[in-house]
Amino acid sequence: MKHKTFLQFFLPTATAMFLFIALPIVSVVTQSLYAPHRQVIVEVENCTPFACTKSTTIDQAATQALREAQPLGRFVGLDIYLDRSHLAAEEIARLFSQSAGPGDFMRRLLNLPFYRALAFTLTYMAVVTPLSILLGFFVALGVNAIPRLLRGPAIFVSLLPMIVTPLIGALILFWMVDSRGIIGTAMIWLTENPNLSLKASSVLTWIMLIVYGIWSTAPFAFVIYYAGLQTVPQDTLESAMIDGASRWSRIRYVVLPHLLPLTVFMALIKIMDNFRVFEPIVSFNAGAHAQSLSYFIYADLSGETRLLSSAAATSVLTILGVLVLLSPVLVRTWRQFGKA
Amino acid sequence: MHHKSIAALSFAAALSFAGVANANCGVTSGRVNIVGNEFPAIQTVAANAAKCAAGTMTVRSNLTANHQRINLPGMQGNPAEYTSAIVATSSIVALLNDDVIRPLDALVAAHGQDIPKNQLITVNGRVMAVAFMANSQHLVYRKDVLAQIGVQPPKTYEELLAAAKIIRERGIMRNPVGGAYQAGFNLGQEFVNMYMGYGGEFFKAGTAEPALNNPQGIATLEMMKALSAYMNPDFLTHDSNATSAEWRAGNVALMNMWGSRTGVLMEGPGNNPTIAANTAVGAPMTVGGGKTPATTLWWDGWTVAKNISDDDARATFVALKNGVSPAILTPETMGQAVWIIPGYKPAPVNQGVMDTMALGAKPYPMLPYMGLMHSALGDGLAPYLAGRKDAATTLADIEAAYRTAAKEKGFLR
Repeated sequence: MKHKTFLQFFLPTATAMFLFIALPIVSVVTQSLYAPHRQVIVEVENCTPFACTKSTTIDQAATQALREAQPLGRFVGLDIYLDRSHLAAEEIARLFSQSAGPGDFMRRLLNLPFYRALAFTLTYMAVVTPLSILLGFFVALGVNAIPRLLRGPAIFVSLLPMIVTPLIGALILFWMVDSRGIIGTAMIWLTENPNLSLKASSVLTWIMLIVYGIWSTAPFAFVIYYAGLQTVPQDTLESAMIDGASRWSRIRYVVLPHLLPLTVFMALIKIMDNFRVFEPIVSFNAGAHAQSLSYFIYADLSGETRLLSSAAATSVLTILGVLVLLSPVLVRTWRQFGKA
Repeated sequence: MHHKSIAALSFAAALSFAGVANANCGVTSGRVNIVGNEFPAIQTVAANAAKCAAGTMTVRSNLTANHQRINLPGMQGNPAEYTSAIVATSSIVALLNDDVIRPLDALVAAHGQDIPKNQLITVNGRVMAVAFMANSQHLVYRKDVLAQIGVQPPKTYEELLAAAKIIRERGIMRNPVGGAYQAGFNLGQEFVNMYMGYGGEFFKAGTAEPALNNPQGIATLEMMKALSAYMNPDFLTHDSNATSAEWRAGNVALMNMWGSRTGVLMEGPGNNPTIAANTAVGAPMTVGGGKTPATTLWWDGWTVAKNISDDDARATFVALKNGVSPAILTPETMGQAVWIIPGYKPAPVNQGVMDTMALGAKPYPMLPYMGLMHSALGDGLAPYLAGRKDAATTLADIEAAYRTAAKEKGFLR
């Protein structure tokens, strides 16, 4: 392709990417290195309809001068990254010297918000990614094997979890597992434990989120695999059949190798998506039992006092996390293209 | 957030009342744009403020349950999009912290001489808001259930626990206590209530240093855990809405609930007549032998933005003064809230909030860093209630989380 043509095609995309992806990331990184000014607090008397009380307030005149001198705030370097809500450098150093054995160390490490969130995020990602891809693959194989007439409806039904708005899909399941919902009641009846609550147990909450994650993302794998299955070379399949290969052998030695590039592509996307898990935690009200990095950003921004620097630092850590997770795949792709 | 109404309704909130009627408020120019929470009392205020529109003066309003997310950004510009925010005890703090609302003393002197002094909210001697209604959490109980077990409405949390035990033992209800214990704002609020009932202080006097990790803090946690043993096991996911639903379903006989949310349990559509007729309100309860009720008093009031022209500020002041004047009290609006407006006559449903005021409950702390403390509480209490952490560690961790946030915000070094 001529350079000019390439540029004409690529320029709009590049501009959009620069404006809407690169610049915001620069702004987020900057934000994470600055924090609001030291607040000048003065003691005052506040009067409400109920009573007058001694209280404190921010001295706006004094704060105003600080703000005008340094509009970005005070430069704190990596302080936010290293504080207790993020990497918790000080706390970890203390853990190394104080904890009694690796078990105690882990227990106390997981008490720190960032590492607790990381534990859930990584578990979620490690379980949901392969299982949703596997489930999607088997559904695709199944749909591909049924008569053409039934395929349309089968595809529609298989895609439903993806068509339903994630929030709605999660809410439906949330109500079903409520202790008065159909699944909750059934489990109480089965276990004969009236105090059983899926929502009160961290383990059950994690399982519920993971099941939801698999259910809601399997259709993506299904669609990709179903499309991929249409491109499997028929003559290779036929010659395999003539050679007496069983159905399983054909899948194992013909179909799977053919679909490998698709699998790598999907794993990439799914790892990224699952690392940023957020919606299920909000819609299942699961914040008490499971947090993710994205959930922290949301929590920092939705309190009555917004923590912008903290949210920015978490965002940067999320981006770094995605890069680390994807690095093996990225390096491999780089090498492949380098060879070609 | 405490009287957040059904989310769906908030879509209908972006209403404009421009040019409804001309109430001749004496101002004919200026722009008024009000942002606020969405529930009947505030709708009444906004609708009455809109009646002032005359000449080139325009009055618009955006009432939504998400008001706290948009009021600050909507007032930081110059000129500000919103000329007034209707706020409550806790949400005014965010506006004060960022200096986006103006002192009203001059406007009160020029146009508001008739506003009763007790409606004026002053910070450091300057009027920053005008209150129009009060709210609090207090006891709500089922008359028939308490009569069945022969117990008087509880005056203390200890009595409530005893009553709950009897109700469970008699097999009347398995989990007779309701509570908005959803992790986050609701759970934080319940801690604030109980801790104040035990006489606890959140901060070392005059500073932003936390001071939770003390015997009152431990007692508060233990009482909350004791109560949660009589709640629906899903309690950590129940907000005020879900708790009200449990009430309507007849699963709960005793709860600590917002005054502004009780009316619909007694009169609202879709109630079971037996339950609604037996729903009664009581005074807020004390705890641990304390004299002050374990609850907080809240006011709702209006403010005027700083970054607007004096002309717009005057129009806003006059419109909202009209919006909360004694003339807005009609038989229809009377029961919508505990109005702090001359001429207000409380209905039986309002008795709980009236009692809260009479018993000398403390107002919710209006401190610049209270929001950070509330968030830290809301996030940090769940592990204790779920049985994963002991009380002292929980309080230490909450203090540590608060300290981290307060350092970032520049309140602590």
